[in-house]
Amino acid sequence: MNQKLHTHREFEAELGQVRDNLLRMSGQVEQMIASSVRAVLEGDIDLARTTIEDDHKVNRLELDTDELCMVILARRQPLGSDLRFITTATKMLTDLERIGDLGVNIAERALAMAGERPAAFATTLARMSELDQTQLREAVDSFVARDPDRAQKVYDRDDEVDKYYGEVVREVQRTIQGDMEFLERGVHVLAVAKFLERIGDHVTNLAELVIFLVRGKDIRHIGKLEG
Amino acid sequence: MKTAPATSEPAQARSKLSIKVDDPRPTPAAKAAPVVFDLEQLEIYYGSFRAVRDVTLKIRKNEITAFIGPSGCGKTTVLRSLNRMHDVTPGAHVRGKALFHGIDLYGPNVSATEVRRHIGMVFQKPNPFPKSIYDNVAFGPRVNGVKDRKQLDEIVEKSLRAAALWDEVKDRLQHSALGISGGQQQRLCIARTIAVEPEVVLMDEPCSALDPIATTRIEDLMRALTSRFTIVIVTHNMQQAARVSDRTAFFTVELDAKNDQRTGILVEYDLTSKMFANPSDERTENYLTGRFG
Repeated sequence: MNQKLHTHREFEAELGQVRDNLLRMSGQVEQMIASSVRAVLEGDIDLARTTIEDDHKVNRLELDTDELCMVILARRQPLGSDLRFITTATKMLTDLERIGDLGVNIAERALAMAGERPAAFATTLARMSELDQTQLREAVDSFVARDPDRAQKVYDRDDEVDKYYGEVVREVQRTIQGDMEFLERGVHVLAVAKFLERIGDHVTNLAELVIFLVRGKDIRHIGKLEG
Repeated sequence: MKTAPATSEPAQARSKLSIKVDDPRPTPAAKAAPVVFDLEQLEIYYGSFRAVRDVTLKIRKNEITAFIGPSGCGKTTVLRSLNRMHDVTPGAHVRGKALFHGIDLYGPNVSATEVRRHIGMVFQKPNPFPKSIYDNVAFGPRVNGVKDRKQLDEIVEKSLRAAALWDEVKDRLQHSALGISGGQQQRLCIARTIAVEPEVVLMDEPCSALDPIATTRIEDLMRALTSRFTIVIVTHNMQQAARVSDRTAFFTVELDAKNDQRTGILVEYDLTSKMFANPSDERTENYLTGRFG
């Protein structure tokens, strides 16, 4: 969707600022997914701590951008695609911030595992992490490019993350049945997999929002609203 | 949000975009009210100059319909054609269909005076007569033959109450209408218009000369009046159209470079909630979001 520039240049700059902040926030949380999972896989406690500390940058961006959106709503009273852009942006902020929190949760599991590694599950967790990062990047790129087809692909691909999660659940169950020693680590591995799966859901939300932004059609909860 | 899988959520549970996602909950305005005006391919001319073309829309009973668009787009021209205000402009005429409850407004046996009894008008600048408040409101009923003082008193009170002005002027009904504030004068003009019990009230930028508080009062009044009247409003204030109207028509102006003529056209007409959040036409979108030229 080609957007003409706003006649009001100050307004255009404000919309650009919101866009930039979302991009910075998404870059930051993408890095948090990568580093938190690496901290788990490599038993790197320092990396886990740095990841947890970095969360304040995401929170700061969330607050600043939220405030900017509020000011734009109050001062510019946007309509049409500008209105959808601002309401979409405020929702994206929430999802991005939640992804950052889940990164923190994963890093906390790395601390709880106290340097122990997740053994055979490393490969699947690493794949989930990479897929989450790719999906996040694609969702945000589709937002910047206002490309609903790319967003649709992100939406459809969430099944893959879910599949990996299912595999981890079954495998952890089987391992615990054969080796009760693995129970504690298994719980942590399950939690990490669950957090990565949740990240996938938040990324799906972002994709849904992009489709709404461009097409003006809300695809959330389709077929699930009736009793 | 897609919910977490219980390790194997069936993939087909996911609905795809091909599914129709129209909002299943109709807004009150979406329930089709009876049609009051039915315009089809309406064109309005000043002599040989075609000022507006291709206006096709239905205005529905007890709704507020807003006409918006840039200067010169023909929105006021169309509004004025609805109660034959162009009759007084030499050379002005219309082509196409302009039906009021199925009756051709410009039919050979239809008198402009009769049309205006059913379709009243409120103008941009408050224009009370230089008479008392009472006489302003009683003017129309008197012209229509009401002479009984008690009956006139009732009409005046009822109209002023409906125009949310009664409490402010009831103790000075015999004072000059020119002595009250601009906002009060505009509400007086609305009272004068509805005193003859029209079915439709046309409003041509009724708040453009008023401050924000007076504007809010008029907008509030408009909503209240929809229980009895059908309202069509022309406004330059898009936020006002978004606030008060059920449906919005967006007009724009087309330049014919060949003969250097500008013609107003209707671009899009839809429920206001749809028009302002998600218009279908790119020209509407650009106008609403302030992307001109």
